[in-house]
Amino acid sequence: MCRPYATPLHPPLLYQKPDKPGINALPVKRPNVVKLREQLIPLIIDLAVVLVFLPNATNSRMDIFLQQIVNGLVLGSIYALVALGYTMVYGLLGLINFAHGEVVMVGAMVALSVINFGLANGWPLPLAVLLATASAMLCCMALGWLIERVGYRPLRHAPRLAPLISAIGISIILQQLMMLIWGSTYRPFPALFNSEPHVVLGASITDLQILIIVLAAATMGGLMLLVQRTRFGRAMRATAENPAIATLMGVNTNRVIALTFMLGSALGALAGVMVSANYAIAHFSMGFMLGLKAFTAAVLGGIGNLAGAVVGGLLLGLIEALCSGYISDLTGGMFGSNYRDVFAFLVLILVLIFRPSGLMGEKVAERA
Amino acid sequence: MMLSFTPDTSSARSPAHSSAHSRRNAILGSALLALAVLVLPILISASGSMTWLRIADIALLYIMLALGLNIVVGFAGLLDLGYIAFFAVGAYVWALLSSPHLAQAFPALGPEGLHWPMWVILPLGACIAGLFGVLLGAPTLRLRGDYLAIVTLGFGEIVRIFMNNLNQPINLTNGPQGITRINPVMFGQFSFGKSVTFGSITVPSLMLYYYLFAALAVLIVVASIRLQDSRIGRAWEAIREDEIAARAIGINTRNIKLLAFAMGASFGGVAGGLFASLQGFISPESFGLMDSICVLCMVVLGGMGHIPGVILGTLLLTGLPEALRHWAGPAQQALLGKVVIDPEALRMLLFGVALVLVMQFRPAGLWPSSTRQRELEELADTLPDDENDNDDDDDDDDEASQRSKEVRS
Amino acid sequence: MTRAHLASYTPSTKLILATAAMSLLALAGCGKQENSAPAASAPAEPAAPAIATVKIGMASPLTGPQAHIGIDIRNGVQLAVDDINAAGLTIDGKPVKLELVAEDDEANPTKATTVAQKLVDAKVAGVVGHFNSGSSIPASRVYSDAGIPQISPASTNPSYTEQGYKTTFRVVANDSQQGPVVATYAVNTLKAKTIAVIDDSTAYGQGLAGTFEAKAKELGAKIVAHEHTTDKDTDFAAILTSIKGKKPDAVFFGGIDTQSGPMKKQMTTLGMKATLLGGDGMQTPNFIALAGADAEGVMASIPGLPRDKMPGGPDFVKRFKEKFGAEVELFAPMGYDAVHVLVEAMKRANSSDPAKYLPEVGKTQYNGVIGPIAFDAKGDLVNGPVTIYVVKNGAWEAVETVGGSAPAAAK
Repeated sequence: MCRPYATPLHPPLLYQKPDKPGINALPVKRPNVVKLREQLIPLIIDLAVVLVFLPNATNSRMDIFLQQIVNGLVLGSIYALVALGYTMVYGLLGLINFAHGEVVMVGAMVALSVINFGLANGWPLPLAVLLATASAMLCCMALGWLIERVGYRPLRHAPRLAPLISAIGISIILQQLMMLIWGSTYRPFPALFNSEPHVVLGASITDLQILIIVLAAATMGGLMLLVQRTRFGRAMRATAENPAIATLMGVNTNRVIALTFMLGSALGALAGVMVSANYAIAHFSMGFMLGLKAFTAAVLGGIGNLAGAVVGGLLLGLIEALCSGYISDLTGGMFGSNYRDVFAFLVLILVLIFRPSGLMGEKVAERA
Repeated sequence: MMLSFTPDTSSARSPAHSSAHSRRNAILGSALLALAVLVLPILISASGSMTWLRIADIALLYIMLALGLNIVVGFAGLLDLGYIAFFAVGAYVWALLSSPHLAQAFPALGPEGLHWPMWVILPLGACIAGLFGVLLGAPTLRLRGDYLAIVTLGFGEIVRIFMNNLNQPINLTNGPQGITRINPVMFGQFSFGKSVTFGSITVPSLMLYYYLFAALAVLIVVASIRLQDSRIGRAWEAIREDEIAARAIGINTRNIKLLAFAMGASFGGVAGGLFASLQGFISPESFGLMDSICVLCMVVLGGMGHIPGVILGTLLLTGLPEALRHWAGPAQQALLGKVVIDPEALRMLLFGVALVLVMQFRPAGLWPSSTRQRELEELADTLPDDENDNDDDDDDDDEASQRSKEVRS
Repeated sequence: MTRAHLASYTPSTKLILATAAMSLLALAGCGKQENSAPAASAPAEPAAPAIATVKIGMASPLTGPQAHIGIDIRNGVQLAVDDINAAGLTIDGKPVKLELVAEDDEANPTKATTVAQKLVDAKVAGVVGHFNSGSSIPASRVYSDAGIPQISPASTNPSYTEQGYKTTFRVVANDSQQGPVVATYAVNTLKAKTIAVIDDSTAYGQGLAGTFEAKAKELGAKIVAHEHTTDKDTDFAAILTSIKGKKPDAVFFGGIDTQSGPMKKQMTTLGMKATLLGGDGMQTPNFIALAGADAEGVMASIPGLPRDKMPGGPDFVKRFKEKFGAEVELFAPMGYDAVHVLVEAMKRANSSDPAKYLPEVGKTQYNGVIGPIAFDAKGDLVNGPVTIYVVKNGAWEAVETVGGSAPAAAK
């Protein structure tokens, strides 16, 4: 276990489809990792989940079932947004950035302060929202840079668990600082949009929730483009593959890593604003559970894989919603919604038993 | 990354595993340490502070717990984020078999419930916890690294959720209300729950517990050392360093991994039972994820795989927050004339800072085993320095300066 | 070989010794610290050396996710201590000054016993705390061994007072009091025939929901669903959707405002018309802040008379806000009253020695911010009145006071 996290256990997974040979100028030999079979499996599992529940659902009411799917998608998209931040860092460094949940929280808190300040000074709402989101993202980028520089970079050759403990320390520090600055009470978060829901086929969804779903998909698409089609993405892939050789090839790996952290943190801030706006609440300890769930989602999808983070997030969201909604009726009241997390984790364990590196993760060689 | 049971040819500066040659020093050291352990509670209670006696009791419990986790994480290299589940299992076994609670659900047991003696419950709790360890280990054999971490984390949560909800349909655990009126440790009629008077000396209950826990902790330390030096311990180490190579040289990795989970879990089970008896009350709140992380911090901070290091880490992490509790407020008062930062927030803040700083300057832990330390250095030597930053604190120094650092810490 | 081994071993031995020595030193230091603390505080008030100091202990989670509630309790206790000191307190003819010793139990049962021991070591005369039942119960053993009265402002778990300790009291209604009152109101007054129940899987929420459900069933209402969430969740869409499918007339939530605020908002989004009911954990200004305009029509009970009908009620809320710049969150009034209960008992016993005034605590007849306070043999509040409130125009408004022997019913 004296392996530094710069050479992760698994081959890096950010790297996906070397479809444009011109861009993959680096002499890295990689198999084509995303196979059709692997993309189908999550779909099959989704279908299976739905099929198990469908008879019951149709027995009760279709609109309720549809609403549960919407609930699951919204929750899942939130997980996905946060999970993308985990997975980017992991794909690059093989490092779990345990402090990511707290970055999400800081984003929400900063945005809350700016919005409240703006509204108090009579700014129009759209301006306040835009400025708040922008400032939250900027603050979190700075924070992400700081975390990487202070908490992780000195530990790049340390034993694998050292960065984990460092991350826990950073989490505690951030939580306590936020508690000192913003106090310990739960803060109401103002509505960013018209909160009047649209009702489609009996299921309601708000503008914000639509935005969250779109944002999760768009962010994933954008990141995939970034990783596969840009110069910076190529540098990321090279760094993930082998930092030492990447340096030899002229990649400033430190800069790449710092920028990845900043990008991940900016996404975290965005996720934080969305989460707080959706639940209309912000609190200094909101990041911990959210980060944990998102991390679970990332692992479920195959950590290090961008599409996997979104698939894992959506799947986890759907499992939670459908379990909470139907498990009590299915088991005749034996298990209620209190066992939601048990089912979520059981699915995770089952998936990992059959696919030890997650749904869309590359098959892990026993030895990197 | 050599296997420690292959002939050690790497360098002459390596200490062999057996300390036969330095037995005299070892005996001297142990004797002094034993004396310190024996005298400590007397000194504490002489200072009139029962608080520190209680902290010492709890620190001893955590030592047992951390040494159990050390087997899984430190020896076998399996990252476990749900370790507190085994502590919980041990605690609930003790609570159910030694309190009136079960009488509610099973009136057949009579109004008083079960009150089995410690001789039965403690080994039983260890066994059941060990069984849970195998239960966790079995499905996770193929998983590695971070995937294993998240599954163990999920396992810990599953156990906690079940304990929080098994008050229906039969009231087994009393759910979030927890179980009260748990018996203290009893030797026949002699109860550890009350202070005892021998002639003119009154021995407080906490001191009785201290000596009991200390004895058991010593037992667990000895068991850990013996395990580490045994065939099994070497097999664990082999798996930690290279699982494929371990299998290739004929180690049954499946059984050996399961054994690590079972052994680690059973230590946790013992600690859990004692915890239930000391507290007299348990509820699922005591067994959350943060508690798992806390024990992991103790192991890693001290120097995982190295028993004295783990003990040091545990003592620091149980003592430090309490010390800060005492000093955070008054120190500000003295330095700045008023309390600027809420002392409680400051305490947690400093705790976080300490975790970060220790990892910065002692990434292998405060007191890692010398083998591990050297490996780390060798690794740093072989790795190209891909960081062109100047504040790099990788120690590329020689052993001597390393050792002087060790003493300083 | 041998020399090398010896050499490599020596530092470890030294380290063992050094560690042992350091720990002893640290402990010795702590002992000194304990002793020097009062000495250090004494010169701070050189003007009145004759005034004796009585320490009041307080323990609740001051850090972590529940810090907002813990700090609320501490502020309530602080206000009481300051009030009493400002008014001037004399016990047995001598002037006495109260001093607050606040400790953070981190909502962690293990820390709770340590903190309890620390308060005992600090020789506090009485303790207000803890918040979580999971902390109050293990700590109660420590206080009981030391003979120090403990008044919990918030722990509702029935087993807390059922352990046979003489030192345990609470100034919060036990779960078995509020639930039935709300159930009776829902079934008889609101005419709810189908009711869904949600609890937050904590000792408080589950206990409250359980007593509500039992009484509602007894009165003939149909419980169409019993769902669970946790005290950390903010997403309730799934359980609410499931409940929506069963079309209940009312939804009862056993839990606190930080969950019920977002929950009410999500009910509105989902288009649910059922009335949301709850207990004292929900009847807070923070609930209205969190649920915003959606809070209208939500009903919640709180033990005691309506706050504006109580002697110091509105005044308390106002002064609390002035002093701490925060709204009363939840249990601050209980913490405030608990200090007064202790001090009143000291006055009656003419002593601040726990052994002397402990019997007087049980005989308390005190009119506090939360209503009339009297204890039964176990240390529970004697069934007082329970008032039901509704949110109207963005504020809690009393609608009905049920039960209790108090003469002044609201309407």
